[in-house]
Amino acid sequence: MAKLIMSLEGSMIKEIPLDKERITIGRKAHNDVQIENLAVSGEHACIVTILNDSFLEDLGSTNGTLVNGTPIKKHILQNNDVIEIGKYKMKYVTEAAAGQATVAEFEKTMVLRAPGGAKAGAPGAKFGDTAAFQAGPGAVAAPAVPAAAPAAQPARPAAEAHPLAAIQILSGPGAGKELELTKNLTTLGKPGVQVAVITRRPQGYFITHVEGAKFPVINGKMMDAQPHQLHDHDVIELAGVKMEFFLKTS
Amino acid sequence: MVDVSHALELATATDPGMVRSHNEDSIAADARLGLAVLADGMGGYNAGEVASGIAVALITEEMKKALEARAPHEVGGADGAPRGEALIREHAARANAAIYQAAQSQPQYSGMGTTLVVTLFYDNRVSVGHIGDSRLYRLRGDSFEQVTRDHSLLQEQIDSGMITKEQAKHSANKNLVTRAVGIDPEVEAEVHTYEVEPGDVYLMCSDGLNDMVDDEDIHLTLSSLRANLPLAAAQLVQQANDNGGRDNVSVILVKVVKDFPAQTGWFRRFRSWWK
Repeated sequence: MAKLIMSLEGSMIKEIPLDKERITIGRKAHNDVQIENLAVSGEHACIVTILNDSFLEDLGSTNGTLVNGTPIKKHILQNNDVIEIGKYKMKYVTEAAAGQATVAEFEKTMVLRAPGGAKAGAPGAKFGDTAAFQAGPGAVAAPAVPAAAPAAQPARPAAEAHPLAAIQILSGPGAGKELELTKNLTTLGKPGVQVAVITRRPQGYFITHVEGAKFPVINGKMMDAQPHQLHDHDVIELAGVKMEFFLKTS
Repeated sequence: MVDVSHALELATATDPGMVRSHNEDSIAADARLGLAVLADGMGGYNAGEVASGIAVALITEEMKKALEARAPHEVGGADGAPRGEALIREHAARANAAIYQAAQSQPQYSGMGTTLVVTLFYDNRVSVGHIGDSRLYRLRGDSFEQVTRDHSLLQEQIDSGMITKEQAKHSANKNLVTRAVGIDPEVEAEVHTYEVEPGDVYLMCSDGLNDMVDDEDIHLTLSSLRANLPLAAAQLVQQANDNGGRDNVSVILVKVVKDFPAQTGWFRRFRSWWK
């Protein structure tokens, strides 16, 4: 279960478990979370939680609701988001952050049933380890956002971590020119004649033959159809041009 | 039967990814028929594979029979839509019924379902039908576009203006589809027909690709490697895996090498009438 950790001027006040579908925050007594401060509106904001996802909505408050410093009307809460209402801060912490679920479970595709779409067999409709949702009418427009889990960002171990590499032309009219390999994919050669591609991967840089009857020659040895990993100062011959691969920071 | 294999070049790749133990995606492509089918199954144990497998096998088999009987460019229904569109609709509905029945009758398959994207190339056109969040993209010249619009909660949120495309990239609900094959007694495929041009490259993929690899990177890969389609397909799968490979990833690439107008009597007359 996700929770909010409420603090005021750096000192923690309390933890609020998001154990209800809808939790209201405001100055008046009927709110689930009451904050007795004049900067807080009577009904200030609410958080709708469905399964592992929580959705924050400002209920037209006078002084507004901030998430990570930005005023919002509606917001899908992400782990570690900081909600600010008046001088109060509430950090949103998901269950997953407590290390209970695995990424694989979040990635499962699931069906969200369209309103009124499916009647037959509905109660029994379950997806193995995950659930099929039965969303009520207006599920999308209303702040009901069922979802599996915290966003799984594409992990990017590749690219950025790599030392920058470049190709320097050694022969022909372009001799001396340098080409930095700033993209994940760089093609070399003449289209229709001979083309190779250098790909940047987590493991390093690889050259692969793309088209043409002749294959590139690496350090005097002709390569085959398989990708070949490039090492610092490898010499590539392609479409009659010699060039050198080198790492820029070493 | 109209054979379009002279005009199309195909490449496919499918991979369980780096996390999943088995592959719930199913794909099939037939250059002669100009038909390609991709399905991303869901459901516990092996049920996802069963659902996507049924969809792909049934659609390729049945559409093959139908295409051998009559060409897809002939005008089909009363609305004047080409028969290719009707074929996709009809067979998607049949696949839905088959999967739904299997899921109802066998407890181990209960709740299984699949996404679906089907393309049929004929008469310088492509009809595309889809259900769920498997996609069709098109590379034409330098422009790379998503042709299908996902049937997903996220897409609905974008459409209703609740979130922007940029926010969508970080959304938690990437994996909720609002339409799937085999979940309900009936489902309708969204079907459209587009003109194709020689040089076009079409990419069909499961969300294991577009969740892991940005559209810009997919674009770069396709445009750099369009001369070598099998390499492009392998490279896309590799990029998804290099970025974490959290889901099964499948791609089908179709390159239009040259024109393939339908050579029927009325069509020739129609063309000469325009000239």
